Amino acid sequence: MVKEHVLSHKELHEEAADDRVMFGFWIYLMTDLLIFSVLFATYSVLHTRTLGGAPGSALFSRPLALTETLILLTSSFTCGIGMIMARQRKQAQTLVWFGLTFILGLAFLSLELREFSAFIHEGHTLQTNAFLSSFFVLVGTHGLHITSGLLWMGITLGYIVKRGLNAPLVRKLAMLSLFWHFLDIVWIFIFTIVYMGAYT
Amino acid sequence: MKEFFLGRLNMHALPHEWFSVGGTAGFMGLFILAAIILTRTKRWKWLWNDWLTSVDPKKIGIMYFIVGAFMLVRGGVDAIMIWLQQALSSGSSHGYLTADHFQQIFTAHGNIMVFFVAMAFIFGLINYIVPLQIGARDLASPFMNTLGFWLYIGGVVMVNMFFAFGGEYAATGWLAASPLSSIQFSPGVGVDYWIWSLQISGIGTTLGAINFIMTILKMRAPGMSLWKMPLFTWGSLCSMIMAVIVFPLLTATLFLMFFDRSFGTHFFTTTGGGDPMMYTNLIWMWGHPEVYILMLPAFGVFSEVVTTFSRKSIASYTSNVLGMIGVTLFALSVWLHHFFTMGASADVNAFFGVMTLFIAIPTSVLVFTWIATMRKGRIRYDTPMLWFLGFIATFTIGGIAGLILAVPPADFQLHNSLFLVAHFHSMVIGGVLFGIFAGLNFWFPKFTGFRLNDKIGRYSFYCWITGFCLSFIPMYILGLMGATRRLDHYDGATGWQPLYISMFIGGLVIATGVALQFAQILASYLQKYRLRDETGDPWDGRTLEWAVASRPPYYNFTVIPEVTTRDAFMAMKSAGTVKTVYEDIIIPKNTAAGIYIAIFAFFAGFGFVWHIMWLAFVSIIGAIVVFIIRGFHDDSEYTLTAAEVEKLEKARIAKAKLAVPGKYDHTDEDMGLQQLIGISYTFLIDIVKNKRWRTW
Repeated sequence: MVKEHVLSHKELHEEAADDRVMFGFWIYLMTDLLIFSVLFATYSVLHTRTLGGAPGSALFSRPLALTETLILLTSSFTCGIGMIMARQRKQAQTLVWFGLTFILGLAFLSLELREFSAFIHEGHTLQTNAFLSSFFVLVGTHGLHITSGLLWMGITLGYIVKRGLNAPLVRKLAMLSLFWHFLDIVWIFIFTIVYMGAYT
Repeated sequence: MKEFFLGRLNMHALPHEWFSVGGTAGFMGLFILAAIILTRTKRWKWLWNDWLTSVDPKKIGIMYFIVGAFMLVRGGVDAIMIWLQQALSSGSSHGYLTADHFQQIFTAHGNIMVFFVAMAFIFGLINYIVPLQIGARDLASPFMNTLGFWLYIGGVVMVNMFFAFGGEYAATGWLAASPLSSIQFSPGVGVDYWIWSLQISGIGTTLGAINFIMTILKMRAPGMSLWKMPLFTWGSLCSMIMAVIVFPLLTATLFLMFFDRSFGTHFFTTTGGGDPMMYTNLIWMWGHPEVYILMLPAFGVFSEVVTTFSRKSIASYTSNVLGMIGVTLFALSVWLHHFFTMGASADVNAFFGVMTLFIAIPTSVLVFTWIATMRKGRIRYDTPMLWFLGFIATFTIGGIAGLILAVPPADFQLHNSLFLVAHFHSMVIGGVLFGIFAGLNFWFPKFTGFRLNDKIGRYSFYCWITGFCLSFIPMYILGLMGATRRLDHYDGATGWQPLYISMFIGGLVIATGVALQFAQILASYLQKYRLRDETGDPWDGRTLEWAVASRPPYYNFTVIPEVTTRDAFMAMKSAGTVKTVYEDIIIPKNTAAGIYIAIFAFFAGFGFVWHIMWLAFVSIIGAIVVFIIRGFHDDSEYTLTAAEVEKLEKARIAKAKLAVPGKYDHTDEDMGLQQLIGISYTFLIDIVKNKRWRTW
């Protein structure tokens, strides 16, 4: 009797804690969004200041940007399916769908890094002019977020294999998927403002 | 090779000027003294287990207060040095400081007072009081709270690092005016220290703010709707919401500046297409709301103090809350008034000028609710109430000066003058600091179990208010006479020197006030039996923090109260429904992860300052690893059963009954200054005569 009471008390406590953590994570995402807002603002102020260097329209490749976008959007989809599987506690499917998400994220990241290194090889670096500074920092910050998302995903998947899909891990996956969708939304803006915006 | 391992760090960086050698020696001396005392009294383990790794917001609050008090002295010494230089340096005399050193001092003074004193005290109060006021046992995320605190400590150490390595701090003003702060014009490490001390502590602030929003919105006692929340909690909520909105802007801006200085990007540079004015915009978008982040919890403190000491509920709760919400909203749309002279169009200036005038409306609503609360109240003039009354006067004067500055044509004359400096000191000292001191005197019994000495507290207040007038009234006058801020020298023919001397004397009087505050705490400690608070409710309080014992147990409430009305505890007292039943309590375990992450963050910043990139990257990886380990660590809580709680409660009550009067508790009233000096003198004589120091 006494033991039962302790359990339900603890369960109630944990449920409330889950609710709070998710709420806090939403607030964190909003703070991250504000960081991006500063970077977008600086980009829109500085993007014309090429000092005679190549403008965005001469540098960016539209097919590449579209491919990156499609990959990231697909990864958001696989991430969503993975989350449904996780909520149903289907461990194998969760691993498969999040594994797919991980691979797509990796593909996105490698395309972005190839783009960056091509620019740098052609002499368009962070230091060249204000336009490129703001471009590299805005897109690079998004890339850094993707990298940390991948790190987080890899470790969580490792723990799922090790510990089984328990409630705390489902909670971590839920936060991770929020984070992933958030990065997707930020990327939509990068695609529109940076890559498409260069041609207006 | 050497460059790889040490970056820019070399022998020249070690302290060699008198002030940095002195500072280093002073800090080292303090640390060694503290270490000796801890070793002699075998207290290292106690310090680590009971305090440093604690996740109890009450202990973290106290630690914020201790570090804040220490930094208040540190920033106060800077203030006195500035004033002394200005009092001396007229005409043919050039004072005792070089121009460069003078610039570093006023920069450090501004940073320390805003970030490491005011923020520390405000966070200390919120940590201690908010969970108690809303009937919660803990914060939403105890770990994030300790992490935020230790990141703040990382910032504190960083801002003082220039003493030990490299006798230079930023010489650019407290917000690192651009393009002066670019690598081109400030090639040294001073600005980098500035960046990283703010960056590290700023990230801590963001974490803290997220945590408090979660706590206030999700963990209130059953029945406490938002409209029944105590006003200090309301002020804290508004302040933390604003912090969450603007601190990310600071983080991003500082990163851009770091990139400019360390990796040669062109965000705020004068070359390569950069835009220094964009920096000014971005930093003030954070900088202006920052002062309101400090101000709103102080408003909350005053609401609590004025209601308790007028023995009435607040005159209009709704107006007061709407006033605070109004301040929060308006505060986000006035930042441009800091640079009307920068050349935005007249329309833009007019918009921000009008918005700045608007913010006076919710602020005056607040002032009127407090004054109306006093009307027909049965007012007790205890020390907290004195600080409140001092605040009303200074804050109103400062606020009216602010309205003058808000009008763009007037601002073109007053911009960068001492009039402006006097204005914001009236707000930050008269508003924020007086609020903190009112709160400290008000809640001290809750913090320690005994209230503060009333007599010496009054002396301290009188010193502060006198010193304040002696310093800042001349400062307003000087500003109107045309003295610009940050002058290290002026022409004798201006006739300004007497006013500058008055400012310096005022500074000494304020310093006496600070010394008296430390004396007040010491005197209260000596008489702690006489001043003890047995009921937990020494002032006939109105809100839930007074429903628990002083000091509260680490789980705050043995039973979570049910709230039916505003001023919940007052209602419970008159209805006689304060009850004691025991239940199981789940408690978070201590953790040192916050300390480790903060140490890594500090070394990352240190590496970036000196361009020791391997150190920076290793530290970042270290911080991430600790964070991941902590994140996947599920066993972070334990359960205290109802029986154990009952045992602890009974033991606490029994222990309180055993308290005996100390050596100085037999007088009938609070100890005066004379008696305190007598006791200290006897104590010192005793140490010297009996050679007690030899055993150390």
